[in-house]
Amino acid sequence: MNFILIAVIVLGVIALIAALVLYVCSKRFAVYEDPRIAQVNELLPGANCGGCGFAGCGGMADALVKGADSGSLEGLSCPVGGSEVMGRVADLLGMAIANGEPKVAVVRCGGTCELRPKIAEYAGLRTCAAMHACGAGETACGFGCLGCGDCVLACQFDAILLNPETGLPEVDEEKCTACGACAKACPRGIIELRKKGPKSRRLFVACMNKDKGAVSMKACKASCIGCGKCAKECQFEAITVAGNLSYIDPEKCRLCRKCEKVCPTHAIVAVNFPAPKPKPDTPAETSYTGQPGPSSERKEETV
Amino acid sequence: MNARTFLIGGIHPEENKLTHEVATQVASLPRQAIFPLSQHIGAPAKPVVQKGDKVKVGTLIAEAGGFVSAPIFSSVSGTVFKIDTAIDATGYRKPAIIINVEGDEWEESIDRSEQLELVKDHPELTPEEIVNRIKNAGVVGMGGACFPTFIKLTPPPTAKAECVIINAVECEPYITADYRLMMEHADEILVGLELLMKAAKVTDGYIGIETNKPQAIDLLSKKCADVFGKTGYHVEVVPLQQRYPQGGEKQLVDAVIGRQVPAPPAIPVNVGAIVQNVGTAFAVYQAVMKHKPLFERYTTVTGKRLANPGNFLVRMGTPMQDLIEVCGGMPEGDNKLLAGGPMMGKALTSTEVPICKGTNSVTILSGDDARRKEPQPCIRCAKCVGVCPMGLEPYLLAKLSAFKNWERAEHEDIVSCIECGSCQFTCPAHRPLLDNIRQGKQTIMGIIRNRSAKK
Repeated sequence: MNFILIAVIVLGVIALIAALVLYVCSKRFAVYEDPRIAQVNELLPGANCGGCGFAGCGGMADALVKGADSGSLEGLSCPVGGSEVMGRVADLLGMAIANGEPKVAVVRCGGTCELRPKIAEYAGLRTCAAMHACGAGETACGFGCLGCGDCVLACQFDAILLNPETGLPEVDEEKCTACGACAKACPRGIIELRKKGPKSRRLFVACMNKDKGAVSMKACKASCIGCGKCAKECQFEAITVAGNLSYIDPEKCRLCRKCEKVCPTHAIVAVNFPAPKPKPDTPAETSYTGQPGPSSERKEETV
Repeated sequence: MNARTFLIGGIHPEENKLTHEVATQVASLPRQAIFPLSQHIGAPAKPVVQKGDKVKVGTLIAEAGGFVSAPIFSSVSGTVFKIDTAIDATGYRKPAIIINVEGDEWEESIDRSEQLELVKDHPELTPEEIVNRIKNAGVVGMGGACFPTFIKLTPPPTAKAECVIINAVECEPYITADYRLMMEHADEILVGLELLMKAAKVTDGYIGIETNKPQAIDLLSKKCADVFGKTGYHVEVVPLQQRYPQGGEKQLVDAVIGRQVPAPPAIPVNVGAIVQNVGTAFAVYQAVMKHKPLFERYTTVTGKRLANPGNFLVRMGTPMQDLIEVCGGMPEGDNKLLAGGPMMGKALTSTEVPICKGTNSVTILSGDDARRKEPQPCIRCAKCVGVCPMGLEPYLLAKLSAFKNWERAEHEDIVSCIECGSCQFTCPAHRPLLDNIRQGKQTIMGIIRNRSAKK
């Protein structure tokens, strides 16, 4: 009997001491966490894609609450959830949303299999990163798409797929959340997150080749040769040519499409515009991402 | 004669030394010479000439662009055509100086006589003076890595050099440039070794040669006894078993003096050894004694289907195409063009790439040799583990890299990999092990650099 009693007392005392230690610790070393962080985290999509620039949705929630405390949600936007999620978050935090313009990934290379001939065969590991480290790749262009699909693997939303005919990746605008994972995965930085534009219409230079015109033309018929015709044509000073490569500033571009018409290599691509004047014989067409040039096949799309 | 070798791993690929007994020819001058500004490890050189400038053979055309860098000298006389981009051995267009060749006029400061200059006749050569001349002549490691030689000769204060090891192993299949150099210029190489020892302030020297080159071993042993017999230097020719990658610095140090270099950032001098290629010793002799900067090198142009493979003394900047023409032109069918040998060489997609400071060979693999075999699933045979000369687990590192598990890959010492390719060579399932490991290694080196930059 005595034996049981001693056991109970000893264990009871140990339990009391442990409880005391735990209590002191929980009070002494308590870290206050804003309950709103958990609430905001609930609202976020939970994809942890990192598209917002933070390590995951938790980090974003933290930043949103801190932003609310400092009085502005500017620069914070969830590319996956879009304005809908951001609106709900703003409601919760009692803030007005700083809604960023919707963006979409664009592939800045028009070097299709047809326009950019293969000069070698690559037999190593078929990832873009490995091929990029090995040299210019299978074509003579050291700036263009390598076509192994590192971007396709990086996309969590199934929004980017390689077109086997062109060998180039194509972005599904409906699915793309502009999280930027593909842009990060591309070893050549071909993919740009660009303003989606009114009615998803936008113009961009589908080339990254900074070689001199003659060299780049030899490698690829769709390359920007840096001739500067587009920059001269543009009335809004939206186009700059640096290092033999033209760039259209989406903030300044008014989508007049004059540059597209003067580009000798059709490196400037217009997306989702209605066909200028549909002729009776030909069906209405729109040009599509990564399909420059009148000669290349265009994918049909209903707008 | 008991041949030594390194402790762990290694393979023995088919030698294919097709050009062993082919005497070196002097390659004809190119019509246009291309000098990439980044021919060495470190910062690219900065051009000091302009379009239209006249240059002679041995004129400085680009100065060192930083501490770890090397100047570049013209190998031809003529006019600077342009400073533009040209495809180099990386496979990309990089800044380069392009010179149109006119005649063959040399700088007067270069001693072109054949007479052998000895160190004892030049009391003005202090160790500092030797290092200085090596630095100013743009001498870099000629084995392929192209690390500026003068930096190796001035080790960090924490390490003390005890010996100079001349790397005359040439364990890579096909290549014979170093062997021909030894057979044709043994005297100069030994003077070069003496200069290196004097510069590094050591008295011990070793020359590591694999036993597949018995004539070179005999010749150099005999000459060593003659030259160094009565001096204060102790120089020994060390015959080594044939085993790839014995030409790797760390493997050579292990094989010759039996010391193991710890994991990076340790370098051979941390265990007292300065390793220099035999070609570097020759370049040092020419730079110091003949005032001849580095603009020429011995190169093997080889391949089983080439009509006349050969060894060449070639001016740098000569496009590979010129040498391939002399050897009988590109063979029919599919070929794989490599700058370097079949194990460590870099595959190229253009024959316009010039011979640079580190181009020890141009290898053309044809037909089935040019192709890789279809990768199969790993059969867990651990052959790659057995052959890794650094004691790593290649199958694991490859997998960790493929899955981007950088933390674990770093923990498994991926940065110790010397990219010798033994694992991939031996893999019965033809898995692209090195391709994956190289990716991981590069990524992790970047992570480590960022980390130390932040501190």
